[in-house]
Amino acid sequence: MPDTVTLEVTRYSPERDAEPATQRFEVPLRKDWVVLDALNYIKDKVDGTLTYRWSCRMGICGSCGMMVNGEPKLTCATFLSSYSNGGKPIRVEPLRYFPVVRDLVVEMSDFMAKLKKAMPWLVRKQEKPLSEGEFLQTPEQLESYRQFSMCINCTLCYAACPVYGLDPVFVGPAAMALAQRYNLDSRDQGAAERMAILAHPEGVWGCTFVGECTRVCPKHVDPAGAIQQYKIKAAMDWFKSFLMPRGAE
Amino acid sequence: MSTASSHTPNYTPWHPRWYRPRVSTWWWLGSWRYLKFILREISSIFVALAVGMTLLQIAALRRGPEAYERFQHTLRSPFATIVGFITLGFVLFHSITWFNLAPHALAVRVRGKRVPALAISLPHYLAWIAVSGAIAWLVMR
Repeated sequence: MPDTVTLEVTRYSPERDAEPATQRFEVPLRKDWVVLDALNYIKDKVDGTLTYRWSCRMGICGSCGMMVNGEPKLTCATFLSSYSNGGKPIRVEPLRYFPVVRDLVVEMSDFMAKLKKAMPWLVRKQEKPLSEGEFLQTPEQLESYRQFSMCINCTLCYAACPVYGLDPVFVGPAAMALAQRYNLDSRDQGAAERMAILAHPEGVWGCTFVGECTRVCPKHVDPAGAIQQYKIKAAMDWFKSFLMPRGAE
Repeated sequence: MSTASSHTPNYTPWHPRWYRPRVSTWWWLGSWRYLKFILREISSIFVALAVGMTLLQIAALRRGPEAYERFQHTLRSPFATIVGFITLGFVLFHSITWFNLAPHALAVRVRGKRVPALAISLPHYLAWIAVSGAIAWLVMR
């Protein structure tokens, strides 16, 4: 294994640049270093102006997502040694399809607005009083939504989704996976409300099942699966309302 | 209640200095996976073509042996043969890719546990083989 590796990092200063450019940095190649370690090395030792997001460094906070050699990755979970074969430089770019604020930092307010629209929280028609105790759930009921609850909002799935890139009004994979997470929760009563928002050309019907969101998800959430399951439910609901226009509820 | 249609990205007019990369028209050539997706989408045209050809074949069959022979003769032309092979390739590609994706869409649970992907895709393949075998038997007997 060589001693160093070259990182080609996207740089963009909104005050100075019309468009992003690439800057090369030579960093030590250590077996236990991830791409985020290399960026921290650059920030600490080479160029303190390099701007990027990170927090937990353990694949939980979802803030260090970037494009590594063209693939959306959590840089805290992407080892330099996996990319250093042949001495080729490692390309580190901001997440695709998002506006770039500076260097590797992208603007996420569009995602946040869409996430809120999907109502990723427990909706109750009527809250039961605390005196009645907690909501009980069987292991089977938990298992039905557990996979979708693993989403950490890292937005790697958005960076992998060409539908989102081509049609920015598309609600997108993570928001819909989280909507499905709550739909499947036995404590939730908001499925119909979410359906009214997401059974829409810009919601589930906008998805063409590219499937890349599922492949890049670092938490194995399977957003593509969630959306297809949502489509089946939406189709069934429509069919029921067609057959029983007065009693489909 | 607001709907997804009323949603517009709320950054566009107010932050002109953010860099907004344009998606290239040729984005799908950037990776084999995207190309595979586009080929899967295009394969729908060939599936429609195969269905159309089958319907024409049945119509020719209804018109009698001479009409059917004329239709078969047309299908034996080099052009029709090439189109037939391309169509077959795309129809196979379409079927296989969709059967492989089916386990994502169908979340079947038995005793609270989700059944493995193979248990969803395998019946699709078996049904495909059975139906193809039955049609082949009907045509060739």
